[in-house]
Amino acid sequence: MIEPDVLVVGGGPAGMNAALAAANAGATVLLVDRFQNLGGQLVKQTHKFFGWAARGAGARGFELAQKWEGEIQNHPRIRTLLGFEVIGAYKDGIWLAADLEDFYKIKPKRVVIATGASERMITFENNDYPGVYGAGAVQTLMNVYGVLPGERYLIVGSGNVGVIVAYQLLQAQAKVEAIIDILPRLGGAYWVHAAKIQRAGVPILLKRTITGVYGEGHVERAETIGVDEKFQPIPGTERTFSVDVVLLAVGLMPLSELLFELGVREYYIPELGGFVPWHDETGRTSHPEIFVAGDVAGIEEATTAALQGRISGLQTALDLGYEVNKDEIDELKMLLTQFRRSSLSEKVCQGLERLHTKGV
Amino acid sequence: MRRITVHPILNFPPKKKVKFIFEGREVEGYEGEPIAAALVANGFYEMRESVNLHRPRGFFCAIGNCSSCLMVVDGKPNIRTCITPLREGMKVEIQKDKGVLK
Amino acid sequence: MIEVDGVPTFENLKTSMPTEERMRKKAVAMHECYQDIPCDPCVYSCPTKAITMETLVSTPRINHELCNGCGLCVAACPGIAIFLMELKEDRGLITLAYEFVPLPNPGEIVDGLDRYGRAVCEARVERVYSLPGIDKKTKTSLVRISVPPEKIMEVRFFRRRE
Repeated sequence: MIEPDVLVVGGGPAGMNAALAAANAGATVLLVDRFQNLGGQLVKQTHKFFGWAARGAGARGFELAQKWEGEIQNHPRIRTLLGFEVIGAYKDGIWLAADLEDFYKIKPKRVVIATGASERMITFENNDYPGVYGAGAVQTLMNVYGVLPGERYLIVGSGNVGVIVAYQLLQAQAKVEAIIDILPRLGGAYWVHAAKIQRAGVPILLKRTITGVYGEGHVERAETIGVDEKFQPIPGTERTFSVDVVLLAVGLMPLSELLFELGVREYYIPELGGFVPWHDETGRTSHPEIFVAGDVAGIEEATTAALQGRISGLQTALDLGYEVNKDEIDELKMLLTQFRRSSLSEKVCQGLERLHTKGV
Repeated sequence: MRRITVHPILNFPPKKKVKFIFEGREVEGYEGEPIAAALVANGFYEMRESVNLHRPRGFFCAIGNCSSCLMVVDGKPNIRTCITPLREGMKVEIQKDKGVLK
Repeated sequence: MIEVDGVPTFENLKTSMPTEERMRKKAVAMHECYQDIPCDPCVYSCPTKAITMETLVSTPRINHELCNGCGLCVAACPGIAIFLMELKEDRGLITLAYEFVPLPNPGEIVDGLDRYGRAVCEARVERVYSLPGIDKKTKTSLVRISVPPEKIMEVRFFRRRE
C-alpha cells in the first residue's frame, strides 16, 4: 500500500504542475501516468506557446515538458509510477494502479485527476479504416517517435489542433493536401496559426465534409463534398483527395471515467467538451477530497491546464495543513482570469459560468 | 511511411535497433518505441480485426484509450500496442477475436 | 476575410503597415497579429521598446519610428506573425521566420508566395541566419528574401524550386 498525501492521476501539464505545487508545499505526492514518460501531450508540441514572456511564453511545448519532468524527477517528495494506469477507485478510499504484471494499492489523502481528453470521432464510410487517425496520434508518431505514417494528408477540422498538425507535417516534409471543415468559417483556430499554413500553400476548404475513405486494406483516397448552410451535401461539389492518411481534428472530450466511477457530480456542458465534473475555482469537485485540473475539467489548453494544476496542487497541500502562501493561489487565479479575458476564451468562460450556476 | 531524419526543431538521435517477429516475419524497430509505431514505420497498418465484422483496424489514438491497436504480444491478447514499448524478440500478432484469458 | 479563414485583408494590414517612407529608410517590423491572443513575447523581445501592448490580450502596437529593424521580434513571435520590411530602389526586402528544412541557400531563386500560398513573383534568398540569444535554442531561422518592390505587401512566404 502506498499512502501519499496526494495522488495525481495523469502526467501532462496539469498533473505535473499539481504534483510540483503540492510537493513544493511539503506534501508527499504519487504521480501516475499510463505512458512511459511524463509530459502528456506537451511532448509533441513543437510550436512556441503563447502567454506571458515573464512566465515562459515562447518556449515550445516539449521544452516545457522536459523542464517540469526534470523538476519532478529530482523532487524528494514526488514518486512517479510510469507505465501504470489508475484502473479503479473504491468507496473505501483505495485506488488501484496497474500495469500488465503488477499492481499497487494506493490510499491517498487527496487526489488530483488530470487525465486530459480523448479525440472525438465523426461518421463517414470506412471511418474505422487503417489510415484514419486522430490528429494527436499522428503528432505523437511523428514528433515523439519520428515516424511519418504516410506521405499525403487530408485534415478534417480547422481548430487549433488541425492547423498546428498541418504545420508540423510540413516541418516533417510531408504533403498536406488540404484542411477541410464543415463550418462556414475557421473551426476555432487562431488566425495566425491558420495564416501561417495557408501562406505555405495548405488550403483551408470551408463548408466541406468527408463522406468516406477507400483503398485496399489502407486509406488510398478520401471523398469529400460541399455543404449548404444547413450542413446538407450539395450534389456536384464532390472532390476526391488522393491521400494515404486522413487526420481527424474534430474536437476533444474530457476523459472522466474515474470520476464517473466515484459518483462525482458531472454536468453536460457542450462549451467545455461534454460531461465535466462540477468543480470550484481550486478544482475541488463535489467529492471534497477529489480535485480536477486541465482538460478533464473542461477542454481548454496547455497554459491554462498548467495554471489549474498549480492551483489544485496548492489547495490539496493547504487542505492537509501544509504551509501555503495564499497570495500565490490568488495570483495564479488572477493569471487564469487574465489569460481568459481574450475573446478566444469566450466559449470556455460561458461554459464555466454555466457549470458554476449548477449545484454541487 | 518513413522515419524522419532531419527536422527543423526536433532531434531524432539514433536508437538501439531490435528485431521482433510480426506475423511470422522478422521486422526491425527501435527499442522502447511503442510496438505500433514500429509496425507503422515498417508499413504494417493493420493491428487487429474488429470482433464482429472482421474489418481491419489500425493505429488511431496513441494514448492507450481507443482499443483500435489491441494485439497479441508474446501470446497475451489485448495489448495496447500504442503505449507498450518494443523489446528485442517480441512476438507480435494481429488480434482476431476478443482474446482469451489463459 | 480574416474572420473566415484567418488571412488578413488590406483593411487589416492598413492598421499595422509602416509608411513607404519609413520602409525606404531602413528595415522596419510589421506585425500581422489582429486577434486578442493572450501573448506578449514580442513586447519583451524589443530592445528599443518600440512594441507595446495595453494588456496581455491586446494586439501589439509597433512604433515604427522607434523600431531599429533588428528582427528579434520576428524570431520571438510564437504566431510567426511579424515580418521585417525594407524598400530599396529596385527591390523590396522581406525578412521572415522560417522553421522548415532544408534551409534555402543565399542567392537561391525561389517562388514568392502570397498569403494564400500562391506564387506571385520570383524572389531571391538574400540571407539565412538566426539570432543568437533569443533563438539559438528554439531553432527559428530568419530568411531574408528580395522581391519586386511592388510585391512587398503581397509576398509573405516562399517555396523552393524543385
